[in-house]
Amino acid sequence: MALLNDEQVMLRDMAREWANNESPTTAFRKLRDAAPAKGFDAEAWTTIGQMGWSGIVIPEEFGGTAFGYLSLGLVVEQLGRNLAVSPLSSTAVAASAIVMGGSDKSKQEWLSKLAAGEAVATLAIDEGPVHGGAITASVSGGKLTGTKKFVAEGDGADVFVVAAADGLYLVPAGEGVSVASRKMVDNRSHADVTFTNAPAEKLGGTDLTQAIVDRATAVTTAEMLGMADSAFNQTLDYLKQRVQFGQVLSTFQALQHRMAKMKTELELMRSAVEGALEAIDAGRSDVDQAVSLAKAVANDTLRLVSREMVQLYGGVGMTDEYDAGLYLKRSAVLENMWGTASYHRDRFARLNGY
Amino acid sequence: MATAAELDRSADSADGFRQEARAWLEANFPLSLRGKDNAMSAVDGPTDETPDQKAWREAMGAKGWGVPTWPKEYGGGGLTREQARLLGEEMMRIGAWNPIGGMGVMMFGPTLLEYGNEQQKQQHIPGIVKGEVRWCQGYSEPGAGSDLASLQTFAEDKGDHYIVNGQKTWTSGGQWADKCFALVRTDKTQKHAGISFLLIDMDAEGVETRPIKLISGASPFCETFFSNVKVPKENLVGREGQGWEIGTRLLQHERNSLSGGGGSQGRMNQGEQIPSIAKKYRELDESGKLADSDLRTRIIKHEMDQRAFALTLRRAALEAKGNAGPSAATSVMKNVGARITQDRAELAIEIMGMQGLGWEGEGFSQEEIAQTRTWLWGKAVSIYGGSSEIQNNVIAKRILGMLDHQ
Repeated sequence: MALLNDEQVMLRDMAREWANNESPTTAFRKLRDAAPAKGFDAEAWTTIGQMGWSGIVIPEEFGGTAFGYLSLGLVVEQLGRNLAVSPLSSTAVAASAIVMGGSDKSKQEWLSKLAAGEAVATLAIDEGPVHGGAITASVSGGKLTGTKKFVAEGDGADVFVVAAADGLYLVPAGEGVSVASRKMVDNRSHADVTFTNAPAEKLGGTDLTQAIVDRATAVTTAEMLGMADSAFNQTLDYLKQRVQFGQVLSTFQALQHRMAKMKTELELMRSAVEGALEAIDAGRSDVDQAVSLAKAVANDTLRLVSREMVQLYGGVGMTDEYDAGLYLKRSAVLENMWGTASYHRDRFARLNGY
Repeated sequence: MATAAELDRSADSADGFRQEARAWLEANFPLSLRGKDNAMSAVDGPTDETPDQKAWREAMGAKGWGVPTWPKEYGGGGLTREQARLLGEEMMRIGAWNPIGGMGVMMFGPTLLEYGNEQQKQQHIPGIVKGEVRWCQGYSEPGAGSDLASLQTFAEDKGDHYIVNGQKTWTSGGQWADKCFALVRTDKTQKHAGISFLLIDMDAEGVETRPIKLISGASPFCETFFSNVKVPKENLVGREGQGWEIGTRLLQHERNSLSGGGGSQGRMNQGEQIPSIAKKYRELDESGKLADSDLRTRIIKHEMDQRAFALTLRRAALEAKGNAGPSAATSVMKNVGARITQDRAELAIEIMGMQGLGWEGEGFSQEEIAQTRTWLWGKAVSIYGGSSEIQNNVIAKRILGMLDHQ
């Protein structure tokens, strides 16, 4: 755990408590069965807004707290532990884009609402199934045209932060915007969003696009950290109570060493994730490297832990009744979101000149 | 966990200490020694000190800053962890290095400060602080490696002294050491509870050392034989039978220093960075990437591993503020540190091909020979100080609470 200030400690504990009391994995299962059109529970989102979490990276003058990305990551990590569903990550990072490049009018129009959890925002960046491909969406006369694939929280977004070939744009839902939901293995909101001459305000050039994608990536690794830590601890608890050959499984050295190995990787993952969030808050010039390090390590570690969770639970790990499969499925989606491990390893090396 | 508010309060005094440290270092560190750390003498054996080296060791010894956080009453620096960190930064800034080292500093000193009586601390700590007395470790035996508690070296009670008989092995620097801290058996009827922690003079009659030649060509370890060695009772640390507890605590200090928690991080990994070696020995494609894409991927994984480890050491240091000494988490660090050291060495020689496998003579640069030797020596790091398998046992049992067979 990074060195936290008093607000951060409070924030983390509050988020952990809320996730445990109000949003355990049973809440995710209920939502999965109810399948609301927007992809999230409106009541829970309102509560998140009231608790101020959606305003953590929004300045105080617009109703936020400006605590920063490490703080946002702490909250997202706690929610990730229980697979809590909300448009918090996408809204917060999209709000950052408005803070960094929006006109006064857009800031007035959107930031207070986003900080209060009264509106949902999201990023629309990728145009194919793999992050890092060409961006061809284009803008002419203030109108944006192009199709974005697998937009997280696309079903419920009130406003989109959209990457075009020449930079980043703000596009409200409505005129010229059509949303086609995609049913994915993690049962979260993902949608293909088609923009046809949609009114767009320019937020910045491709540098801003990259800065915002890096922020989204870092926040995603925080969710992955919460998931990995929780999946690991659930597996550990299971090994301590499941009896075979007259012994609890946790007494078998082969399993002890697999758990020790995972614990070791988890320590490295936490350092890399917190390092990326701290780099953003500190405005460091090597945020790109820190983020690629975090995502590559997070991908490898969460993949290891989520796959081992199924294996070590054994047969019941294959059943829908147990949670192992839920972690496995969300993990696979997040491994792809904002770049695979190999994408980030290649980027890290290029940034380092080899 | 320290809060930011607590740190703010200490910021003013920290600034003052930084100035003090900077002034003292500038007055005392001989610039001729800049960057010429002789810390590897633990492996290569002691070399004759130059006048500047001697002066620097004596200055740091008198100031106590070679062991900055040890108590002043025994000659230590008496600094807080934060001040010690600032001192380290100031030393790095001017290329100064710590001339006070070895097992006395890394392992025995911290343990004696915890478990020794007043007379023992007064007698032994100042010699370590000044870098005048070399200590070696008498733990492993031919039949007691990972299963250390099965050790057989016996100290027979003769009233006011013990008579010690037995054989130790893997005694690092035994041939150059003045004194040995040893685990010996004082009771043959109990396994762990029959072990005691005893201090033995290496020049006492009946002590013999034989260097062991390693695959790297160096001989940093000895076999040590004790034949009817007389050891006064005042050299017993703690109680009879408390040796296992004390010895285990000492191993935590050892892991802490081996993993880099003690500030020695990177010593094994010093030198040219792997990507830079690769660019020198291997082809690049037209976009400037290493042409061997499989090798490139493995280099990146290693570099990321190393970066994440450095962040973890930093995080552990921040979290350790106010905590008492190293914990079982040092086992996590030791295993990652060993993995990174060995991966680095394997990558270095793989990149260089046959040129990375030279033993000596014409046709190989000094750096190339050093890479070969470092690679071979590096195989020890996942074995000594408790093998990686033993560390995994520690992680599973002490951190994760996974129990033994009942």
